[in-house]
Amino acid sequence: MTTLTALCTFVAVGILVVILSYIAMRGIGALNLRLLVDTPRPDGEGGGIGNALVGSGLLLLLSCAVGIPVGLACGIYLSEFGGGWFASAVRFLIDTLTGIPSIVTGVFVYAVIVLRMKHFSAFSGGIALALIMIPIVARTTEEMIKLVPHSLREGALALGAPQWRVTLGVVLPAAASGIATGAMLAIARVSGETAPLLFTAFGSRFFPRNLNEPIASLTVQIYNYAISPYDEWHTQAWAATLVLMALILSINIAVRFLTRNRFS
Amino acid sequence: MNFRQRLSPTGNTGDAIFRATVFAAALLVLAVVLAMIVALASHSMLSIRQFGFGFLTSREWDPVKGQFGALAFIYGTIASSLIAVLISVPLSLGIAIFLVEQAPSYLARPITFLVELLAAIPSVVYGLWGIFVLAPFLRVHVEPHLARWFGWLPFFQGPITGIGLLTGGVILAIMITPIISAVVRDVLAAVPNTQREAALALGATKCETTLIVLVNGAPGIAGAVILGLGRAIGETMAVTMVIGNRAEISLSLFQPSYTLASVIANEFTEATANIYLSSLIELGLILFFVTFVVNAIARLLVWRVTRSTAGAI
Repeated sequence: MTTLTALCTFVAVGILVVILSYIAMRGIGALNLRLLVDTPRPDGEGGGIGNALVGSGLLLLLSCAVGIPVGLACGIYLSEFGGGWFASAVRFLIDTLTGIPSIVTGVFVYAVIVLRMKHFSAFSGGIALALIMIPIVARTTEEMIKLVPHSLREGALALGAPQWRVTLGVVLPAAASGIATGAMLAIARVSGETAPLLFTAFGSRFFPRNLNEPIASLTVQIYNYAISPYDEWHTQAWAATLVLMALILSINIAVRFLTRNRFS
Repeated sequence: MNFRQRLSPTGNTGDAIFRATVFAAALLVLAVVLAMIVALASHSMLSIRQFGFGFLTSREWDPVKGQFGALAFIYGTIASSLIAVLISVPLSLGIAIFLVEQAPSYLARPITFLVELLAAIPSVVYGLWGIFVLAPFLRVHVEPHLARWFGWLPFFQGPITGIGLLTGGVILAIMITPIISAVVRDVLAAVPNTQREAALALGATKCETTLIVLVNGAPGIAGAVILGLGRAIGETMAVTMVIGNRAEISLSLFQPSYTLASVIANEFTEATANIYLSSLIELGLILFFVTFVVNAIARLLVWRVTRSTAGAI
């Protein structure tokens, strides 16, 4: 039986290795400086993913600016005041929000923001990504704050500090590294999201000038290039994927090293 | 008791502001979920009024004639998710049993990390890999053999292209395996050691002991599978890129198909007519409710096992 279960594990790890090595092989050959700074051009004229890199960076900044404070506050509410039925309801909603397909989040933001503004925009894309971030940040914040020993809280309260100073000045710093890793994982997660951006941020062939217009992103560009009929665009899709995976993998590995000793 | 006192039992103004701020964030989450339901429902009203329940049972999807029915997408979604679950469940059970019951911890920890990395790969990257590696592989090395040996079944008939329901199901299976195996791992780890010791003391073999552990964690394992199913139902990009995107209902797994999520991704920006857009948003509403219910059931099941056993120790 051990052979069988070991085989299952081997298959899963094998698939991971195959996927990553394909990305590395196909991506490294296509990667060069011009690709990283140029904008898309018609087939046969080269072009690059520079605008998509800038666009993805801006979208991530926007989503962090909205998603991390709200998620953090929500997590603090759940851990510090989370005894009653309302908190249980919020906890349940957060869990189900995590399970709602990201394409539905995209449709929602389209209906609420894009239809009203009458055009696609970086703002709407950032909001869509933030909605995906909030539940992740909220739950990890709650879990991490719960790990802070009660004696620390009691000590601060006994010294006469009001509760808000205890939470912000004592509890949060003690849980900071855990909360930061949670936020990093949320960033890794949304940096790979494509579906919610298709009809919010939409995409663009140019460098972004302001946040109120459609904006390019790495993931949407990978999608558009992958389903295009041109070999040159396919190659660029692999290169863009390599850049994206380098970002996501380095976040995941960094988180792994940061949390290595916490639970042992 | 007035409002100010309710906000801050300690009577400190800073506390009141702090509490109100974090409470507002929690309210915001509640508001977002409510707004989602209201926005999706109100924007699909046009389509709901025009097609009624017939929307769910009609297989015609014709933007030119203005006729819209969701049956082909519902079929494609269920079929691809079922294929994914059928492939992924045995694999995930094997992984979880290996990591919790058998592997020494110096092996289990890095492997756990590697399996979880599969969940970190974005959907669009799976799609890219699916188009250029998995689909050609299945077309050349797997589908011809399936057709040769099982061609008498209606599932394995028709032209072999590599793009279709089977490829969509396989890619979904890879994507949900890290999720199912992670939850099953937690469930197995929550089964108290006394159960294992009792079984071994009664003379059970290691294999029988594992079986007893599995039976003990059964509701949680069911929850894990349903959680994976929920993920498969909502997955968009990877499926869109390999399933072929044709609104047809065919028993053959080699034929192109279409899912709820992928038709939204593909046609949303092309939908110019109001009724077309409204029908697409109604598909989103269906997707919302199905995943909501599926996730709620899954969480209740997992929660029951991990919680009740934690109390028993």
